[in-house]
Amino acid sequence: MPIKTGVSSFFWAILFLLAFPFPASPEPTLLNASYEPTRRFYSAVNKIFTEHWRAEHNEKVSIYQSHSGSGAQARAVSFGLEADVVTLALAYDIDAISERAGLLPKDWQKRLPENSTPYTSTIVFLVRKGNPKQIRDWTDLTRSGVGVVTPNPKTSGGARWNYLAAFGYALRNNGNDETKAQDFLARLYRNAPVLDTGARGATITFTRRAIGDVLIAWENEAMLAAEEIYPGEFEMVMPSISILAEPPVAVVDKVVDRRGTRALAQAYLNFLYTMTAQELAARYYYRPRSRQAAEKSKERFAAVELMTIDQFGGWAAAQKKHFSDGGAFDQIYRPGK
Amino acid sequence: MAEVAAHASSVFEQAAPQEVKLPLSEPPAVRVALIVAALGFLVVFLIMPLLVVLTEALRQGVQAYATAIVEPEAVAAIQLTLLTAAIVVPLNVMFGIAAAWAITKFDFPGKSFLITLIDLPFSVSPVIGGMVFVLLFGLQGLFGPWLFAHGIKIIFAVPGIIIATLFVTLPFVARELIPLMQKQGTDAEEAALMLGASGWQTFRRVTLPNIKWGLLYGVLLCNGRAIGEFGAVAVVSGHIAGLTNTMPLHVEVLYNDYDFVAAFAVASLLTLMALATLAFKTFLEWRSSALLARPRVH
Amino acid sequence: MAISLAAGRFRQHSIIPGFGLTFGITLTYLGLIVLIPLAVLFAEAAGAGGAKVWAELSTARTLSAFRVSFGSALLAALINAVAGLLVAWVLVRYDFPGRRFIDALIDLPFALPTAVAGISLTALYSGNGWIGSILEPAGIKVAFTPLGILVALIFVGLPFVVRTVEPVLRESGKNLEEAAALLGAPRWRILYHVVFPPLLPALMTGFTLAFARAIGEYGSVIFIAGNMPGVSEILPLLIVVKLEQFDYAGATVLASLMLIASFILLFAINLLQAWTRRRQGG
Repeated sequence: MPIKTGVSSFFWAILFLLAFPFPASPEPTLLNASYEPTRRFYSAVNKIFTEHWRAEHNEKVSIYQSHSGSGAQARAVSFGLEADVVTLALAYDIDAISERAGLLPKDWQKRLPENSTPYTSTIVFLVRKGNPKQIRDWTDLTRSGVGVVTPNPKTSGGARWNYLAAFGYALRNNGNDETKAQDFLARLYRNAPVLDTGARGATITFTRRAIGDVLIAWENEAMLAAEEIYPGEFEMVMPSISILAEPPVAVVDKVVDRRGTRALAQAYLNFLYTMTAQELAARYYYRPRSRQAAEKSKERFAAVELMTIDQFGGWAAAQKKHFSDGGAFDQIYRPGK
Repeated sequence: MAEVAAHASSVFEQAAPQEVKLPLSEPPAVRVALIVAALGFLVVFLIMPLLVVLTEALRQGVQAYATAIVEPEAVAAIQLTLLTAAIVVPLNVMFGIAAAWAITKFDFPGKSFLITLIDLPFSVSPVIGGMVFVLLFGLQGLFGPWLFAHGIKIIFAVPGIIIATLFVTLPFVARELIPLMQKQGTDAEEAALMLGASGWQTFRRVTLPNIKWGLLYGVLLCNGRAIGEFGAVAVVSGHIAGLTNTMPLHVEVLYNDYDFVAAFAVASLLTLMALATLAFKTFLEWRSSALLARPRVH
Repeated sequence: MAISLAAGRFRQHSIIPGFGLTFGITLTYLGLIVLIPLAVLFAEAAGAGGAKVWAELSTARTLSAFRVSFGSALLAALINAVAGLLVAWVLVRYDFPGRRFIDALIDLPFALPTAVAGISLTALYSGNGWIGSILEPAGIKVAFTPLGILVALIFVGLPFVVRTVEPVLRESGKNLEEAAALLGAPRWRILYHVVFPPLLPALMTGFTLAFARAIGEYGSVIFIAGNMPGVSEILPLLIVVKLEQFDYAGATVLASLMLIASFILLFAINLLQAWTRRRQGG
């Protein structure tokens, strides 16, 4: 009967395909939960790291990646996403994992050099070719008729760096008057037609969906779009002042102890500080921490005056004041109007 | 009828010597216009999207296409998609047959309510279909703490994807079988039973052949949806490339990382699967009608 | 035998076996996969409290999402009703080269994954796409606008009307048409009074199915929509945004509201269908 043969051959075909190596392997694996823009970077890192590990330990390992908005990832890990390491956009998100789920100790940031941040970035503007709206600095983002694209601070790490950089500028320009600075931010976010979940979503909204006149983005995101993906279509504009964005990395203790992958996880994160990885970071538009690598790549990155998170009292204070439920951001952002 | 026709035509003949055609169809000009309009609509909404997938996938040549397909993350996505379909479809077929049997061969109160319940996943947005399982099995959810304590991973792992897909594709087989079996009634089965067949024999020899086309169509729809489900799986998956990304999710990941050719390459595989499904169904229908049309020797 | 005796009070006596087994399977499966999860959904939403429900419902963003989702779905279903009727008519009543091929292809939106539809429609309608490059210079922007949402919803709902109308068209003989023709009616009257009315219930069924599908559609829309709150943000996307912010209360409230609204609409359409069927004498 034709149906019977058809159906049974279909299922045989499936079984045949499933017979091929299935990655439910006994070999050691690591899961790296990261934020959105790092996919290419960690793809490259993982390839080199697994080769190094095989050369050194004669063991094949697999590194899996999960990418989403930094805040969203932090909560996913707290809610059961079994990540051996987290490489997120800002320290607070990793603090949150520690606080909420107790998966790593409170002093995690001291365990690796440079505040557990092997590379840094900053916040810049991306505009369309020719800069038709003449965007030069943060004030231009509050002009009427300027569409600003930036992600959602509730889910994206980059979005929070964006917000604080703008806030820091507004404070400095208004003699540290917080109310005036809040007004500034309110005007900026009123110019934002949409807030994507993550930094990459915002980049896509600006570049592919052609929404808005200026994108506030990680420097590495902007450079990737402007130089590699859409060459000639966009320009990068450095604001007068920006923020030192430090995306930290950490081992998730409870997970690696349960899975027995602590040595592998620590080696993986230590690898990020080696010259190979540092040069790779520069190639993917991150500012390397290593002085040597920074020297080599210094033409790539423009000099800009940088504020730090300490100006805002550290991440815990900043998160509480601005990004918690009912905080400053919730006061100023009323979408859909 | 014949007399009326004859009378009518004779009336017409008397009135005017030339032949008058009965308006049994639209004038040719209208017919052509309608065909063109229908085909135009279909070309724009059906054929062009198909062609675009293939064109974009091959934009950088066959080599780039092949590389995208055999990339480990893509292969893992293909395997996960096929595994999901292989588990979900048979389960929903079993459910569909059971539900259709209970509903169409028996009479009981609340039947239409039951049918509405079965239709529920069909009218629910797939996003909600995924969300309900996060509420049930996520760490913050109903069974979360218990599952976590016992090391059982459902959300952010393969079982969650399978359950979410099960939810979304649940009605497809049942919805095809129920109206069909309702129309067929219970006569054939009752006759078989009275002639001494057992329940299973009746089902296999009498019911199954009668419903085979509905069942096949239901299987194809269920399979198509299981392979292509996006919204529900996106919510439960955890976005772990190489582990919990099905093919549609992998397409999104590639697309959002500017890997357009790779995204369309994987998409083209999905498209080919869809076309193969349609071709298979058409082939079987053609075979069956060819069998029916064979001249009988009396 | 005990099962059928007990069930005999619940259902009418029948010689057909298997009720206990099949009914049991049906209820268990349905209960585990559909009822319990949905119950949890409603429980969470109810647990959020009336104030939260009202707060969610009354924000401009939520109202706009309802408007975008239900409005686009309605329009798409209407377009599919008209176009689907046309396509079904042409496929059943006329013959032309490639008819069987096209007929087989109608099921494509059923078989094609929504994400694939999403990226291919986006490629088609964006500024440098085959259709977009013609429409945009003419001032019609489809990709990343509410119009794009409409296009995606038309695609996913396309087969419903065609597949429900086709069998009815096929089965209806030409007798009534011939009688009307013999009695002197012109073609358009025949179409309007004789051919069309029996198709109405099937047409409405197809419309309802397309509408229901379009309301909840997610995968194909998010690629081609602008996803801007207040303009082109569909309800399922708003739910996902809330989920990603881990605003479970908000997400469950919205999901429940969406479910209830869909049900009311579908129920109303089913009533309308039954009324139409009665008017036509069954």
